[in-house]
Amino acid sequence: MLGGGILKGLAVTARNVVEGFVSKERLTTVQYPEERVPQVEATRDFPFLVFDGEDPMAGLRCVACQICEKECPPKCIYIDKSSDKKPDATGKPQFYPARFDIDISVCMSCQICVEVCPFEAIKMDVEFELSTNDRFGGLLYDKHKLAKSNEYYNHVHPTEAAAVDTKLAVERAKAAARAAAATQPKPAAVSPAPESGAQA
Amino acid sequence: MSSIQIADQIFVLLKHWLVGRVPVSLQPVVGILITVIPIICVFPALFAITTILERKGLGRIQNRYGPNRTGPFGILQPLADGVKALTKEDIIPANADKVVHFFAPVVLVMLVFLAYAVLPMGRNMAAVDLDCGVLFFFAIGSGTEVAVFMAGWSSRNKYALLGAMRAIAQMISYEIPLILSAVAAIMIAGTLNLQQIVTQQAGYSGIFPHWYVFTPWGFAAFLLFIISATAESNRSPFDLPEGESEIIAGYYIEYSGFKFALFFLGEYLGMFSISAIAITLFLGGWAAPFSFLTWVPSWLWFFAKLVTMILCFIWVRGTLPRLRQDQLMNFAWKFMLPMALVVLTSAACWRYTEGWQRWAISFLVVIIPYSWLGHGMMSNRKLEQRKYRFAE
Repeated sequence: MLGGGILKGLAVTARNVVEGFVSKERLTTVQYPEERVPQVEATRDFPFLVFDGEDPMAGLRCVACQICEKECPPKCIYIDKSSDKKPDATGKPQFYPARFDIDISVCMSCQICVEVCPFEAIKMDVEFELSTNDRFGGLLYDKHKLAKSNEYYNHVHPTEAAAVDTKLAVERAKAAARAAAATQPKPAAVSPAPESGAQA
Repeated sequence: MSSIQIADQIFVLLKHWLVGRVPVSLQPVVGILITVIPIICVFPALFAITTILERKGLGRIQNRYGPNRTGPFGILQPLADGVKALTKEDIIPANADKVVHFFAPVVLVMLVFLAYAVLPMGRNMAAVDLDCGVLFFFAIGSGTEVAVFMAGWSSRNKYALLGAMRAIAQMISYEIPLILSAVAAIMIAGTLNLQQIVTQQAGYSGIFPHWYVFTPWGFAAFLLFIISATAESNRSPFDLPEGESEIIAGYYIEYSGFKFALFFLGEYLGMFSISAIAITLFLGGWAAPFSFLTWVPSWLWFFAKLVTMILCFIWVRGTLPRLRQDQLMNFAWKFMLPMALVVLTSAACWRYTEGWQRWAISFLVVIIPYSWLGHGMMSNRKLEQRKYRFAE
């Protein structure tokens, strides 16, 4: 009969309305500021710098090798290498970034900087509520703003961070063993003396 | 006078009391003002309520919440929309016909408000008790086409003109079944006076009312009337004149700020007035739906029925997709017009027969052409794999 399809359609929409009031699953909207979807572990948006220990600036893993700066496709990373060396978290003297800026208005979240970093120093953040009134200065993050602790990294990407921690622990153990091997047979050796002193 | 009667006639009594307080020489003017001002206040208020109802309703139909940020449950949304419309820049295109461009929304709203003059919103509650009320209503109603064309023409924009052309074609085509289906009710009532049409339907058999919609011809005429009314008020599924996805809002396209809001207002007020006339002609106007509910004031029944009609319009809008222009025209001329004539015949049979025969005859006179026409329309439809000539 002509008009039967319209009645069927009206029944469908009426059911939508009624079921929307009865079961909450029908309304798929997540009302954002009040409700949030649980974050997926693989979420990523912009990079941050990982530091070990308590002091952000002293504990930065970054040694200002500038590989990420060179690899960054949109060229959003600006690094000034320091002229002096400072001991890093393990006590080894390293160069450090005198300036490390990321312009997140340019960053395209490709994660290439993370993949090329040999020191596990730069990782992807999950913080997305970054709006600001100042679209130039407010979106140019310096190293103080970028530095975040290893605990934070473990918190946002637990699996990945655990793997990184294990890898770093193995490397450090090897380095320590090598240093011990280098010092033990030739106790009179001169060169590694200040380092082992600092390590202790 | 009992308290029930006082509640029923409260606005009429209030008006008489207020008019009695002013000097005799001023009484006619004050009487008119007291009648007109509530109409100008109440229906735009209803428009504000309808916008939020519509957005919420459509949201629910699509499994969304709808606006719920402004005030509790979003009920202040119309206020925010109003402030926005008022503070927006009013842009007139450089090449537009500025005078016509300005007057189009004004003319639309004015004509739409004029139509409210004859609507009986309760017992003894019509601004003007015209003997040719139905005629006046439809005459004024067809004037809105002029306003629409003024808007489309003066904007000097091809989309606006296309929208206006579509609107004219559609409104003129659907005006014929609209008026013919109203004629069926007028034939049975034997009067053009809207108050008397309502009084004729206000009787009861047992507890059931004598509304025209509960007769075979009346039901068919009501459906035809509602379909045509949807087309007349340019509402979905007949919203081709606006057609956001094809002609970017049609004749509204060059309107912004408060003029756009006026068009919007005019559109919705048109929908209310045509719903009100459908209520008056077929749904017993301000009469109660059951004989034991007659103690509820008549104006409450009128507005309850009006809101129900509006909700049905929203429901239909949330359900049906927009028609194509050829489907629209085919439907108007090949289905609506013949069916309107059939309904007229059925009403005539009802008028001149008695007892159970009138039910049988008028039912058969409607249902046989309907299934025949419907079968014809359905069988012509060829469903096959669509062939793309260029996109392969």
